[in-house]
Amino acid sequence: MRRNKEQAAITWLRIGALAAAVCLAGAGLMRREHLEVLAKAVRICLECIGIG
Amino acid sequence: MHRDRMKKEKGGGKISFQRKVQFLSAVLLNGYAAGFAKGKLFTGKSKAFCVPVLNCYSCPGALGACPVGSLQASLAGRRFPFYVLGLLMLFGVVLGRLACGLLCPFGLVQDLLHKIPVPKWKVPGRIDRPARSLKYVVLLVLVIFLPAFAVTKSGVNPPYFCKYLCPAGTLGGGIPLMITDPVLRELAGFLFDWKVLVLVLILTSSLFIHRPFCRYLCPLGAFYSVFNRFSFYQMHLERTKCVGCKACERSCPMAVEVTKNINSPECIRCGKCRSVCPTGAISGGFSRNVSGIPSEGSENTP
Repeated sequence: MRRNKEQAAITWLRIGALAAAVCLAGAGLMRREHLEVLAKAVRICLECIGIG
Repeated sequence: MHRDRMKKEKGGGKISFQRKVQFLSAVLLNGYAAGFAKGKLFTGKSKAFCVPVLNCYSCPGALGACPVGSLQASLAGRRFPFYVLGLLMLFGVVLGRLACGLLCPFGLVQDLLHKIPVPKWKVPGRIDRPARSLKYVVLLVLVIFLPAFAVTKSGVNPPYFCKYLCPAGTLGGGIPLMITDPVLRELAGFLFDWKVLVLVLILTSSLFIHRPFCRYLCPLGAFYSVFNRFSFYQMHLERTKCVGCKACERSCPMAVEVTKNINSPECIRCGKCRSVCPTGAISGGFSRNVSGIPSEGSENTP
């Protein structure tokens, strides 16, 4: 019985985390954050390559 | 029988499924071959998408964005990183650390270096256990706190992890760009020397210790490890089949106590334990049940 409860809790945790992830990514897309990621990723990041 | 088992433990000379997937992933994530020749970055729209592994977006071949670099850039802009955090959580909750074991190109580099036949070190538990916590400190301090709050005199928030620690950026981005671009070579100074030193230290220690960067320093591994216990992808140990030979624990690159905690936060789901198990007691896959908490009537785990 206790095991089933733990299993159910984990299932809900998974579903909750998945829903939160989708909502966060969706909110980010609506705020057009992916375009900020794109703008950063297409230019050489001087810090990343050790020039700073 | 014993010889067969030993052969199985060593991999039997065949290229493993893990290695094939790792190579494929490294090629697909860095598939812009012309970039390496020209010393130019790929500028297509796929770079708006964060890949699930540490793969520098300043690597000339990179087709996607690095999630750790993108997270720091978002935080530096004083905005809550909805998009990057959402993608990271999505990867974490679906895969756990499967991305570390199967998809990460820097993990592949460390795995290959560890294949070189030199004496291997077993890090003592009293050093190993606390040192593994370092990656959480790296995540909280270098990836989140400093990029969000520490402003330099020139008024910018640098990506501290990328700037001072990330070896994948030096290997995938810094070195190829320095080779092809004389202007960048002129600009290189102390910081580049420091980053090359960090890279050399990590690569050298990979010869002796399996995946030292993943074990002790990788902030992405630290983030995904939070999800390992309840991610959709789970490892399973069938107790009724286990003969207690501990071949799984001997072969584990992350030194996980497989028979005690198969979905440990340290498990990178590389599948070594599964491939060496002589009785096929270990499996991995997308499942409803979490190992260690079987549903009633199941004889899967204790």
